[in-house]
Amino acid sequence: MSEIIIEPVTRIEGHSKITVQLDDTGEVVDAHFHVTQFRGFERICVGRPLWEMPSLMARICGICPVSHLIASAKACDEILAVEIPPLARRLRRVMNLAQIVQSHALNFFHLSSADLVFGFDGDPKERSFAGVAEAAPELARDGVALRRFGQQIIERLGGKRIHPAWVVPGGVSRPLEAAQRDAILAEVPDARARAKRALGWYKEHLARFAEEADQFGNFPSLFMGLVHESGRAAYSEGLLKVVDANGWVLADQVDPRPYWEYLGEHVEPWSYLKSPYFKPLGYPDGLYRVGPLARLNVIDRLGTPSADGELAEYRERLGRYPQSSFHYHWARLIEIVHCIDAIEHILSEPDILDHHVRAEARVNRNEGVGVAEAPRGTLIHHYQVDDHGLVESANLVIATGHNNLAMNAAVKQVARHYVHGPDVAEGILNRMEAAIRCFDPCLSCSTHAIGQMPLAIELRAPDGTIVREVAR
Amino acid sequence: MSVVTLVIDGHDVAGQSGQSILSVAREHGIAIPTLCHLDGLSEVGACRLCMVEVRGARRPLAACVTEVQEHMEVTTTTDELTDYRRQIIELLFTERNHVCAVCIANRHCELQDLAKALGMTHFDLPALNPSAGVDASHERFGIDHNRCVLCTRCVRVCAEIEGAHTWDVRGRASEARVITDLGTPWGESPTCTSCGKCVQVCPTGALFEKGRAVAEGKERRPYVPFLVARNRRS
Repeated sequence: MSEIIIEPVTRIEGHSKITVQLDDTGEVVDAHFHVTQFRGFERICVGRPLWEMPSLMARICGICPVSHLIASAKACDEILAVEIPPLARRLRRVMNLAQIVQSHALNFFHLSSADLVFGFDGDPKERSFAGVAEAAPELARDGVALRRFGQQIIERLGGKRIHPAWVVPGGVSRPLEAAQRDAILAEVPDARARAKRALGWYKEHLARFAEEADQFGNFPSLFMGLVHESGRAAYSEGLLKVVDANGWVLADQVDPRPYWEYLGEHVEPWSYLKSPYFKPLGYPDGLYRVGPLARLNVIDRLGTPSADGELAEYRERLGRYPQSSFHYHWARLIEIVHCIDAIEHILSEPDILDHHVRAEARVNRNEGVGVAEAPRGTLIHHYQVDDHGLVESANLVIATGHNNLAMNAAVKQVARHYVHGPDVAEGILNRMEAAIRCFDPCLSCSTHAIGQMPLAIELRAPDGTIVREVAR
Repeated sequence: MSVVTLVIDGHDVAGQSGQSILSVAREHGIAIPTLCHLDGLSEVGACRLCMVEVRGARRPLAACVTEVQEHMEVTTTTDELTDYRRQIIELLFTERNHVCAVCIANRHCELQDLAKALGMTHFDLPALNPSAGVDASHERFGIDHNRCVLCTRCVRVCAEIEGAHTWDVRGRASEARVITDLGTPWGESPTCTSCGKCVQVCPTGALFEKGRAVAEGKERRPYVPFLVARNRRS
């Protein structure tokens, strides 16, 4: 048996590698996606005061700090046993939507678009965002502008683009000012036009990638996400819904807080990333996916007209429950449109500038769970505190973690389809990485680790010797 | 009191006998960095940031506890003094866990301001990273020993202004900790009046008001100006 190693996997957020085991005939026996970094935030926060938690946990990530702020603040709200002012909920929602726009833009334009512009076999020298900026400057500019749109909203609400301390236990620390609202609303039409142009570009080019769409994690699985009780998309609040590949509802309108009742957390010795699974189906059959693809599968509608129009076309072309992880890209672009629409809708409400944005309370419970939709999927923060509000334990179930089993299955599928023998073309290795990129994993978010972000691929022989290793 | 004339940084200045170099310098608009000093409280000379050079003295002297003398020649700023001061700040940062990014006093912290002013951009010394602990047993306030610089402002304001003397210092060197009532948890202290003066005079995020989130813990310190008023009266 021989092994191919790709290390590190590139154009994703975090450190990882891929190993592919081959039998004596050179066919793929197994493949794994290993997360090789460790963060440790579940331990770092022990002993710290509750009021510090949202900002402390936001430091888990520089891309999606707002997701951690919101999930953490919601867990703290639970511990304070307060119902936060409705306005604070809406303002938090705006920040969360803005972050989804910028994070999705980062994945699609900066990390993934090079594969689509140049093809998966394109010259690696130009297959980067810099190459996209040369070959498809309008697409690159749209990506930069959409990231800026999202980041500027975060700054206008919270005072800082990265790690704003504005989301606090009990609500948000200060109300929105008219000038900031007006500045955001003025930028909405441009952002919407750019998002729709990118969507148009993607739909036009999708047909070129029929084989990849068929092989990049295309398998039946469960899908999980938060849904509003009316069936529309919910990102900062909502109830959990789980459907299977045929749309059969396994769970609906479920309070996400007692997550341990239906989610198990399996640990594999070859990865720092936990492998959550849907408990009723056991491990590993309880494989489920979260994030844009899963969200569009569990909701009835997004809730904003132009995005729902896009959703209808998506479902018409791919079916009601698309199974291929390749379609995360399309789902991500539709979500960008929806988030821009939803931001405009919320900020146009007449009472959005009111001042009731924070509830004050002491520690009234010793345990709290906060759940929200991060760009990559459902994010769960679970804290236990002592009577004085000092953290005794924390458990984090990160969006990327939910997709761990699916990412491994996707790598295996791609390897089996494309790899036949230890001599593997660069474009094939890139496809294995690209299958991971579809999920937009944020590994530094998900394991609590030292280091930055790249991944690697190993091809191993039956006796375990490494035949080929690709590291960047 | 007799008038004393002296030279500070080349300027002829006058003070009163018994006055400290720091006090005279500030009266004449000459800035000397301080941390443990607070107008209205007694001086302890604990932080040593106000060290100045005095002609004829073999070592730098703390301006807050050195009285002015006739014909004294004082230099408040030299490259060497700035180096010493930066090292003091570095020692403070490395002795405990001062994580500005997630501290309630971020952007309202005297230690952070000093680090910025003195150009301390990184540590050369290894950080000790002690598990210094947090006492959050008080109903309204908490003490995070990870952020404490042992300036003892809390000890002095409690004893000298509030008259409760709840706070004191236990242990020595890196094991030293401010304590309430001989080590009783703050929430069980029979002498604490919950006035909150200690929280307001704390220069860092060590003493905090519960419920304040990161960066909003020390935005307002309305009590501090009254200390200065008291100082002027006395």
